[in-house]
Amino acid sequence: MDNHHDRHAAPVLNNAVPVRHPGRWISAIIIVGFLAAFLQSLFTNPNFRWDVVGTYILDTKVVQGVVWTLFLTFASMVLAIILAILLAFMRQSDNPVFRWSSWTWVWFFRGTPIYTQLLFWGLATVLYPTIVLGIPFGPAAITWVTSDPTHGLIPAILGLGLNESAYLAEIFRAGLKSVDQGQSEAAEALGMTKGKIMRRIILPQAMRVIVPPTGNETIGMLKTTSLVLAVPFTLDLTFATNALANRIYLPIPLLIVAAFWYLLITSLLMVGQHFIEAYYGKGVDNRVPAAVNPAAAKAAAAGAPSAEAEPDLKMDFPEEEAK
Amino acid sequence: MTITPEKPLVQIEGLHKYYGEHHVLRGIDLTVNQGEVSVVIGPSGSGKSTMLRCVNLLETISAGRISVGGQLIGYREVKGRLHDLKTKEIAAQRREIGMVFQRFNLFPHKTAMQNIMEAPVQVKGQSKTVARKRALELLDRVGLGDRAGHYPNQLSGGQQQRVAIARALAMDPELMLFDEPTSALDPELVGDVLNVMKDLAKSGMTMIVVTHEIGFAREVGDRLTFMDGGVVVEAGDPREVLANPQHPRTKEFLSRVL
Ligand SMILES: Nc1ncnc2c1ncn2[C@@H]1O[C@H](COP(=O)(O)OP(=O)(O)OP(=O)(O)O)[C@@H](O)[C@H]1O
Ligand SMILES: [Mg+2]
Repeated sequence: MDNHHDRHAAPVLNNAVPVRHPGRWISAIIIVGFLAAFLQSLFTNPNFRWDVVGTYILDTKVVQGVVWTLFLTFASMVLAIILAILLAFMRQSDNPVFRWSSWTWVWFFRGTPIYTQLLFWGLATVLYPTIVLGIPFGPAAITWVTSDPTHGLIPAILGLGLNESAYLAEIFRAGLKSVDQGQSEAAEALGMTKGKIMRRIILPQAMRVIVPPTGNETIGMLKTTSLVLAVPFTLDLTFATNALANRIYLPIPLLIVAAFWYLLITSLLMVGQHFIEAYYGKGVDNRVPAAVNPAAAKAAAAGAPSAEAEPDLKMDFPEEEAK
Repeated sequence: MTITPEKPLVQIEGLHKYYGEHHVLRGIDLTVNQGEVSVVIGPSGSGKSTMLRCVNLLETISAGRISVGGQLIGYREVKGRLHDLKTKEIAAQRREIGMVFQRFNLFPHKTAMQNIMEAPVQVKGQSKTVARKRALELLDRVGLGDRAGHYPNQLSGGQQQRVAIARALAMDPELMLFDEPTSALDPELVGDVLNVMKDLAKSGMTMIVVTHEIGFAREVGDRLTFMDGGVVVEAGDPREVLANPQHPRTKEFLSRVL
């Protein structure tokens, strides 16, 4: 075995016999078998009515439903995020009234079913036919007659957004708490103001914890919009496909149409989520130094403005990642 | 290396601090002259960090006064009564005081360069070009000119602490506070950080250094203060105090750390 000691000769590879895994093979065959049977049924079972799926997948009503569903998701998430930021800060406040109201809000909206809340919002104009501005139990200053000219859109967004704000508030609170105390102390010691510390130091770090569950919540919201018929709001994707299905007495192909669109949107959302997560992971997930172009660094040192060493982004935070 | 004329930059008088019922600082007096390196030693829990944090207003002062550069820290005195300063005014006072923490506390989502540029740009409103140039100079000064683009998690503890020192220096403070800057470091990394601090001391920076590095105190310190149980037990020239401690508690502490 000379070559064992001679560093320059190629080593004799071990070529050991690997352990066999018959169980893996058997289970893989079973899964592939089921999959093949299912695929076959997709093509051969006439009840799927792929022709109908094809007819309706780009139907105006369906596409409008997709747009409304996206709008509902977007609008209620924006509302929820704004409220949740407020709630999370109130929860951290020194003011006990803020802390207490934030807690109660979360308690109420998490503790009741979204369907019930949506029904309530739909009936809000019945529950409160007028809104009076004035001193409680005292004289009234201004009186409104409530009405909903939007045919359920505003109640739907309020219902979805307020409910979601309770969940997001908890996510944001956990995110803010996850940032080490030493971070704000270091920033304070540098003379940074509270607002800047929050925006430039705490939030960008909290985002790493906040983004993944918020992405999941967004995907959840997309599907929860299918409940707005409780309000009732009747233009979203689920309502649209149900209405079509009832008209032509073919529920299955239209369920497929709806499922296709929901899947497509969630897939796109997942891609977006991946990129946002990668962005906020920098400084934690990265192990490769950001390349500082040495020439650009020299130029900067010599006082020449350099776009390369640190391209300035327009956003206030998080900014300037050396590419 | 006392610089004449002796002008007090920091004056701590009768400083007390309570955490609830817990009386942590029990009347601290400490004066640091311009350009002086004041080293503070003492057993764990004696209140060294708390004292530093009071100077920087990271803790509120329960009783007593601290002034830096003749300016009362944290308060405004009107007709013999103290009024709390607004958070903006407190932030302004902190700009004159740099602080280096035991656990570095670099901003992990920013590169070494961005860590250093952050406060000059965001607080002083310096242009990025100027701040970047200064940051590179400071990185060179702490021996890390080639690490500008590294994130903190790509730096060793000693390198992180040197970036933290550069970050504090970027604000051109008149006073630097060090809270056990080498305690979290592996022994072989301590020397680099201490060397940066020695250079800083030579350049005339006024420093209060809480440390367990007795060698540093002896070599660089202009004054040594021994704290125990929230009071100053003994203070004086470092070489004298270390060679010939007067108080039995100082003797006992030194016999354990030397
Ligand atoms: N935020 C706080 N709340 C309550 N007690 C505190 C707080 N911070 C410090 N203490 C207490 O104050 C005392 C002094 O703490 P301090 O951190 O100043 O000691 P130290 O001298 O720096 O010790 P070490 O060498 O371990 O850093 C300790 O008894 C500590 O438990
Ligand atoms: Mg301490």
